[in-house]
Amino acid sequence: MLGKGIALGLAETARNFFGSFFRRERLTTVQFPEERLPQIEAARNFPFLVFDGADWQQGMRCVACQICEKECPPKCILIEKSKDKKPDATGKPQFYPAVFNIDVSVCMSCQICVEVCPFDAIKMDVDFELSTHDRFGGLLWDKQRLSKSNEHYHHIHPTEAAAVDAALAAERAKLAAKAQAASTATPAASTPATAEGQA
Amino acid sequence: MNFSFLLVAALTLAGALAAMALRNLVHCVLALVVGFVGLAAIYLQLGAQFVGLAQIFVYAGAVAILAAFVILLTQGVEHRTRPAAAMDWAVGALLACGVFAVLAWAVVRGVAHLPIAAPPSNAGVHAIGDAMLHRFVLPLEVAGLLLTVALIGAVLLAMRDGEAGA
Amino acid sequence: MSLFILHLLTSIHALAASTIGHTLLMVVPVMVVFPALFAVTTLLERKGLGRIQNRYGPNRAGPWGLLQPMADGIKALTKEDVVPEAADRLVHFCAPVLMVLSAFLVYAVVPVSRTWVVAPLRAGVLFFFAAGSLMEIAVFMAGWSSRSQYSLLGAMRALAQMISYEIPLVLSAMVAVMAAGSLSMVEIVRRQAGYTGIWPHWFVLTPWGLFGFALFLIAATAESNRCPFDLPEGESEIIAGYYIEYSGFKFALFFLAEYLGMFAISALGITLFLGGWSAPFSFLAWVPTWIWFFAKLLALIAGFIWIRGTLPRLRMDQLMRFAWEFLLPMTLCNVFVAGAWKFLPAGVLRWLGCALVLLGAYWLLGRRLEQRGGLPQRNYRFAE
Repeated sequence: MLGKGIALGLAETARNFFGSFFRRERLTTVQFPEERLPQIEAARNFPFLVFDGADWQQGMRCVACQICEKECPPKCILIEKSKDKKPDATGKPQFYPAVFNIDVSVCMSCQICVEVCPFDAIKMDVDFELSTHDRFGGLLWDKQRLSKSNEHYHHIHPTEAAAVDAALAAERAKLAAKAQAASTATPAASTPATAEGQA
Repeated sequence: MNFSFLLVAALTLAGALAAMALRNLVHCVLALVVGFVGLAAIYLQLGAQFVGLAQIFVYAGAVAILAAFVILLTQGVEHRTRPAAAMDWAVGALLACGVFAVLAWAVVRGVAHLPIAAPPSNAGVHAIGDAMLHRFVLPLEVAGLLLTVALIGAVLLAMRDGEAGA
Repeated sequence: MSLFILHLLTSIHALAASTIGHTLLMVVPVMVVFPALFAVTTLLERKGLGRIQNRYGPNRAGPWGLLQPMADGIKALTKEDVVPEAADRLVHFCAPVLMVLSAFLVYAVVPVSRTWVVAPLRAGVLFFFAAGSLMEIAVFMAGWSSRSQYSLLGAMRALAQMISYEIPLVLSAMVAVMAAGSLSMVEIVRRQAGYTGIWPHWFVLTPWGLFGFALFLIAATAESNRCPFDLPEGESEIIAGYYIEYSGFKFALFFLAEYLGMFAISALGITLFLGGWSAPFSFLAWVPTWIWFFAKLLALIAGFIWIRGTLPRLRMDQLMRFAWEFLLPMTLCNVFVAGAWKFLPAGVLRWLGCALVLLGAYWLLGRRLEQRGGLPQRNYRFAE
């Protein structure tokens, strides 16, 4: 008979309507700013620059090789290489980025900068509350704003950070052994471009 | 002949004139709606509520919309315009004068010019229904037949079109 | 203080004595109460739909989201008014004005309480439909003047739908007019305001009244472009239909007119079938009459929201078939039954007989509609 389906549908929606008042588990909505779902480890939103140690300028892993700047699909990264060199976290003299800017409003969170970085210097953060009242200055993040410690990296992505640290330590041990073996010969050129391949 | 009548009459005439004179056909239809509504207002002023409201319901509501549909479906939607004054305006003027003369003669010589004490205030549904179904039942049926024939003709035309396309 | 209030009361009385004052006292509440009801309904609708879908609905602006309509209004008022460059500016401007005008005009004949009716016209029901038909013109103006394919398509759909469903709407309303023997809405309510025992004389308690009311509600849903008949503004196909090119407050005016139209047509349904302002039982007749009117109105609005939360949108061919192959014969059958009711002797037998005839017609027409439900093979003339 015509209208049977409509009556069944109306009964179903009525059950939903009244049920949502009496049975809390029907309501699946999370009331966001007050309630939050637990953070998923694989989450990623926006890149940050990793530094070792306590001082962000001293310990910055980035050596301004500009690969990420070239690879970035929407071209949201701006890097200016420094003229001088300064010792990195291991004490080796390196170039460093004089300017490292990422435009939040242009970044599309593709993680390609992270994939191509040979120094494990740029990683993805999980913070997604980036809105601001200043849409030009507030969304163009400089290197200070982008810098976050290795401890932070361990905190948000523990498994991945441990693997990265292990790879870096192995790399350094290998380099040290190599340097010791060839201590009489000329010192090896500072080209640690094999880190990516081994990690 | 009070102020509101003059206002409504002016509105009706303006609507009718605009419907003739405007270049864009859709504007003409909208102007025609103004004319229809003005005419309905005159009926309402005479105390004929049923006729006045039916005028709005049928003419402003349905007929104008159908006219708009026809314009949109047949013309190249809005860029096609027509000349403001036709070439054979003299013929038109002659016809208009003729029609006006006949109407004026009918008004002057007919019984309608006799002074009426007051307009019948009960020109309501009962009176109209009574007249339609008793005195004027034959004209009503003939009009209905005519409309039915027109409807069947329209359906036939539409069907032939569909068969040709299929 | 009390002297001031007394002075105020006497001046209101003096105002009410004059004709203009009387009209103002009738008109101003209509212009205030129904837009306020619009604001409340938008909130109730979003809350109700949320609960139907197991969500909370808006709950951020103010306690329990009660200030949401105000926030929406401020947003609409402060938004930029964009008019397309190719638009016909005059017609584009007039369309929302005419729309709201016709939506408000309709309330002139609605008897809200025993004494509160702005214009007790003799042909009130006809006035209602006549003022409503001006809305069609406004829809056409909005759709055409925007110079957008979406809006023109939306307007064409809206007009085809409104013209098709106007026939069953008027025919289903006609049974109440036949029974009351008058086109005046005041008179129609007065005829239903009596009681037999504790039971009222509402037309909905007769078989033809019940079927007429149901058919009227279906046609009214289509006439006010509500779900499941909201093809003219189907978001997935033509975004917002005829008012896609309107922004800011003009858009809000269309929204207002749409809801006012829904309230008005509900008010007509209440007047024709649910006894208008009269109480549902004789022992409740001491409650002020306008309370009953608004209670019935809110109940119908809740029904509309419930339907909207349940049914998906129809397709164009389903819409047209439903109007011409089911609603129209059903309403015609209902008119005949209502006519027969008038000449049959009163009693239980008359009630049962009429109900059986109508149920039979419903069953037959419904079976036919379901059997021929599949889409016919379509021939595309231009697409291949």
